[in-house]
Amino acid sequence: MIEWFTWVQIAVAVAAGLLCLVLGFAGRVPSDLTNGALALVELLLVVQLVVAIAAPAFGNEPTGSVLEFYTYLVGALLLPPAAVFWALLERSRWSTVVLGVAALAVAVMVYRMLQIWTVQQA
Amino acid sequence: MRESNDMTDVRGARPETDRGRRMSGIGRVLVAVYAVLALAAVGRSFVQIATRFDEAPLAYSLSALAAVVYVVATIALIRPGRTWYRVAWATLVFEFTGVIVVGTLSVVDPELFPHDTVWSWFGRGYLFIPLVLPLLGMWWLARHPPTDGAPVELPADGASDADAAAKDAAANGAEAE
Repeated sequence: MIEWFTWVQIAVAVAAGLLCLVLGFAGRVPSDLTNGALALVELLLVVQLVVAIAAPAFGNEPTGSVLEFYTYLVGALLLPPAAVFWALLERSRWSTVVLGVAALAVAVMVYRMLQIWTVQQA
Repeated sequence: MRESNDMTDVRGARPETDRGRRMSGIGRVLVAVYAVLALAAVGRSFVQIATRFDEAPLAYSLSALAAVVYVVATIALIRPGRTWYRVAWATLVFEFTGVIVVGTLSVVDPELFPHDTVWSWFGRGYLFIPLVLPLLGMWWLARHPPTDGAPVELPADGASDADAAAKDAAANGAEAE
């Protein structure tokens, strides 16, 4: 896990989440902007997956449970597509809020992944 | 594809058939948060049981049970109809009871739950969402009773047909997820 990249990823997910929440509460239906923000979050997760698979080969080993790490990562990977798909089913302002909730959940999960990889105590 | 058909169905059918559906509007946010919590609970309990079940069988079995109930609650909130409405109530009451009982026990007698569950300390590890969410869910259910007995809300071209269509659309939508 590359620490600076992970922090960038968390920042992007938080920004995307806040953007979607604000636009959603302002009454906007899901748009290319909000769906695109979620697509970006998903793209970074895929990059993170590649990094996580490759990192141990370069001496960058996780300190915590690998299983737990990948459970979070796979769970996080599922969220943006599910939220965008649901947003397409019903294009209402609340679907935009759902996009925001999904992005913020991804941010929390990536933060947990960072903890598991770097400073695992349990 | 089936999915794209469903999408046009659902969108074309709005707003008439949507009116009776609990998963419409702000209810979608509730269901989304429930789905995230279900995912978190399932993930956590999967890891716990796969790696160290023997350390705390009680706590981890409880985690697994809670996870299953969250998944059922999420599905029940999405699906229309009286049966799912009752299932939704049952699961929400179960969750609320669980978080109160286990939360209280974990505070009063921490040795009973040496390892964290979703409900320990009233769901502190999950921003207290497990404590708040069932209440919001029950409020939402109380405000949106099932409408199959109330054809006035449905289009005039035959209540049962429209009802079945709404049911199908929602069922397929849930399936597709």
